[in-house]
Amino acid sequence: MSALLALPITLPLGAAAVSIVVGRWRTAQRVIGVATLSALVVVSIVLLVRVDRDGAVASQAGGWEAPFGITLVADRLAAVMLVVSLLMLLAVLLYAIGQGEAELAHVGFHPVYLVLAAGVSATFLTGDLFNLFVSFEVMLTASYVLITLGGRRDQVRAGMTYVVISLVASALFLTTLGFVYASAGTVNLADLAGRFTDLPVGVRQALALLLLVVFGIKAAVFPLFFWLPDSYPTAPTAVTAVFAGLLTKVGVYAIIRTQTILLPADDRPATLLLAIAGATMVVGVLGAIAQNDIKRILSFHIVSQIGYMIMGLGFFTVAGVAGAVLYVVHHIIVKTTLFLTGGLVEHRAGTGHLDRLGGLVRTAPVVAVLFLLPALSLAGIPPLSGFVAKFALVDAGLADGWWLVVAASLLVSVLTLFSMTKIWAGAFWGAREPSPGGRPLPALMLAPTAALTALSLGVALFAGPLYALSERAATDLLDGETYVQAVLGE
Amino acid sequence: MTVVLAATAAVLFGCGTFLLLQRQLTRVLVGLALLSHGANLLIVLAAGAPAEPTFVGEGRRGTLLDPLPQAFVLTAIVITFGVTSFLLALAYRSWLLTGDDEVQDDVEDRLVVTRWSAAEELADAEEAAAAVHGDDLAHHDSTLDGGGAPHRVPGEEVRR
Repeated sequence: MSALLALPITLPLGAAAVSIVVGRWRTAQRVIGVATLSALVVVSIVLLVRVDRDGAVASQAGGWEAPFGITLVADRLAAVMLVVSLLMLLAVLLYAIGQGEAELAHVGFHPVYLVLAAGVSATFLTGDLFNLFVSFEVMLTASYVLITLGGRRDQVRAGMTYVVISLVASALFLTTLGFVYASAGTVNLADLAGRFTDLPVGVRQALALLLLVVFGIKAAVFPLFFWLPDSYPTAPTAVTAVFAGLLTKVGVYAIIRTQTILLPADDRPATLLLAIAGATMVVGVLGAIAQNDIKRILSFHIVSQIGYMIMGLGFFTVAGVAGAVLYVVHHIIVKTTLFLTGGLVEHRAGTGHLDRLGGLVRTAPVVAVLFLLPALSLAGIPPLSGFVAKFALVDAGLADGWWLVVAASLLVSVLTLFSMTKIWAGAFWGAREPSPGGRPLPALMLAPTAALTALSLGVALFAGPLYALSERAATDLLDGETYVQAVLGE
Repeated sequence: MTVVLAATAAVLFGCGTFLLLQRQLTRVLVGLALLSHGANLLIVLAAGAPAEPTFVGEGRRGTLLDPLPQAFVLTAIVITFGVTSFLLALAYRSWLLTGDDEVQDDVEDRLVVTRWSAAEELADAEEAAAAVHGDDLAHHDSTLDGGGAPHRVPGEEVRR
């Protein structure tokens, strides 16, 4: 069991090292990358099944006892996130190989991509705050390299913004760690859960707020989102897609984890989180409406969608958190698909600018379908996965009487649909001839995109079992007892 | 001792924040370095009052310093070192590409702004025209220019 927990971190790191050694042979790098991620998908699914059956599992790396050693722990939330993230990483790697843009740009792409996978996995599996910091750094350092790999002028400019913002967040995280250790004397999450209740209310709330700001920057919530729409669109499509799907959601995961386990039930910042959620949703979607480039519209939508997840958490009920978990799963899949489709459009037509696109529904009907399904899903049109997730959230909100934020979320859905129709009308309808920069689409770009679209349809189809799983995850989170028991073994 | 260290951390944070807000990349870099030094110092402070160093087989129980924060700080220093050197390389690349040390604005952001201000200027001009020529002419103007003009913003050529 402990091997299962360690594999998602050690395997990609080892594979990255081998991938550097065989850097001259592109095929070997490709085989290593795809084989590693495929193996990890299997490992994570086994882990999810076992965690769902037996409850949370933990392992102490190096044999040191729980509050002192390095704890790896998987509960239902972590296992679900791990499965979805690794699936995305695998699909996007295949897409990148098909597209060739980012992958051929530099021999470093494959190793760094695997390091990114290790960082993301470690973030989900780590059991203490300091290792969360280290995992974040592993993931972010890999993402710094990926976002600037081309070395183009706009990439360096946008990458600079991204790196500086992330570094400020990291410095703030370190500061928070110092405060947490000074006040509670431990950084182990399960241990902290017990000791936080003994702290004075003011100290506890200040620490929780600092953690919220730190992870809020990574998750791009209002008012800390400005870096995201600026830096994401310049990277190659495959890189943007994996960032859009995973990196901000890792921040959301950290928010969900810390705000539930560290704070006692009557002390959780419900109103604050709901206010942040409402502002994030509205500002994000308004930003999307003002944009005129496919990737930038989609980038603003990431911000908007983060608001829904924070809203679900902000209810702090089993139904609300379950809705948030389901929403995260839906969003990771759909958002990655949309960015991949955006890449297909750019590849086919030679540009992502709506002013210079048109008529793709005739020249590339497959791309049109691959865009339409996730776009409608993102807006929450039944019976797609977005509808299921939004319904769960709205239902949870109305049950507790949070009318205002629920109304905002419904309004934002309409505006989301509006900006999606803007892409549709600009890129797919109309009579524009394809520009000379366009190329035919390789099958290896289409297949992963189609597979992810099918996966998002699967989320809608198996919404019942998935929601039940999210509900079990939410119960664990709000209770916190199973997590603490798994780690401390009492 | 602790007060001096705490004050030092405060000064580091203050200077770091000030430098972060500058437009020159080198200053931003130095600011980030100062900021992380401040954070590291703070973690060292979290170990508590000064005590004997922690080595196996030396010192008495109860007089030893908590070694964990030092392990944290060592890890953090290594990470900061790596990322700072990456950022330096990026700054050098940026200087090679632009010949300038200033942080550049986002082109698309500027476009959105110019599109707005172009539309506003148009509305202002129409109001002025309405005041001079009467309502009929102004209505005529707006039907002519209102729809198409905002797309022909000055920054359009930058993208192409």
